[in-house]
Amino acid sequence: MCETCGCSIPDQNHPTPADGHTVEVLKGLMDANDHAAGHNREHFNRTGTLVINLMSSPGSGKTQLLEHTAKALKDRLEIAVIEGDLETENDAERLRKQGVRAHQIATGSACHLDAHLVHRALHDFPLEVDGRKTDILFIENVGNLVCPAAFDLGQHVNVVLLSTTEGDDKPAKYPVMFRAADLVVISKADLLPYMDDFKIERAEQSLRGLGVETPLLNTAAGRAPDIGAWIEWLEQQLETHRRTQQEAASAA
Amino acid sequence: MHELSVCEALLAQVRATANANQAGGVGRVTVRLGPLSGVEPELLTQAFSIARNGPLTTEASLHIEPQPIRIHCRDCGNENEATANRLLCRACGSFRVNLISGDELLLARVELHGVNRHPID
Repeated sequence: MCETCGCSIPDQNHPTPADGHTVEVLKGLMDANDHAAGHNREHFNRTGTLVINLMSSPGSGKTQLLEHTAKALKDRLEIAVIEGDLETENDAERLRKQGVRAHQIATGSACHLDAHLVHRALHDFPLEVDGRKTDILFIENVGNLVCPAAFDLGQHVNVVLLSTTEGDDKPAKYPVMFRAADLVVISKADLLPYMDDFKIERAEQSLRGLGVETPLLNTAAGRAPDIGAWIEWLEQQLETHRRTQQEAASAA
Repeated sequence: MHELSVCEALLAQVRATANANQAGGVGRVTVRLGPLSGVEPELLTQAFSIARNGPLTTEASLHIEPQPIRIHCRDCGNENEATANRLLCRACGSFRVNLISGDELLLARVELHGVNRHPID
């Protein structure tokens, strides 16, 4: 079963023979991007870096969460961030102020990052500096709940933020994005007492409606930060990632 | 609107197929598209009318074969059709399901013009 030759397509297991001038192709349209993403992933694996693709609508608190994450982890882990925005260097600057390495990709008018953009960024942004390898690289995607979902960047994990200032039915409205998530972070959870229209239970129900078992956790990164569950999750992911990498290396 | 990026990738594959077959032009391009691919058929069609303006594909037309969303329940084994934001087992209501189809984003076929020999992939 694969996605390229068409053998996974129901009722189409045997492509009809081509007529005189029609050629059966059965190739994924994202093959070129996926190929580049595969190269990125190999690159990440060489330095043993866990790569997390952070996606959400604009203003849901991705950068703020990363600022607090940097603060919490920078003394014990090497953290780096690639920022994707249409314009400005603002978010990368914010992260540098927290003492972590950050690289800004300005996409111009492009509404998403793709594997080629990340590949080019990696040329200017090494994951090993002075013998110190990056433990976790966060890629903060362009704020957009639609387009980034279609593009593999080579990341190991997708995290989607849903802030309490948005509707709790966002998963039902943006099923492709939320189905791609390995973790859903309910951000700005400290505002829950003021947000009568946002219920965690309804957000979870909306997510389950997509036929996924994706875990959810709450974070607050405002005046009274509470990111304990997120940091714990990150550390577990890093441990699992390292174990998987070791097993793969010893199997090879 | 990432459909233009997707369309450019599509046309790169179409042109590669045409070149591999030494074709003089491209006619009907058939794409299989599932609702969970993240690509909107109407936007892809609009993007195609812009992006086709290049070598070999100025006369090309896009034909989209929509694919149904089908799921298999890991709890009760039932298979049923589903909608994009309600992927639950119709028999037992479980959300523990696998997607069987519905996220396709595939170039299926390319009709070639001006080919003097039997085409190859």
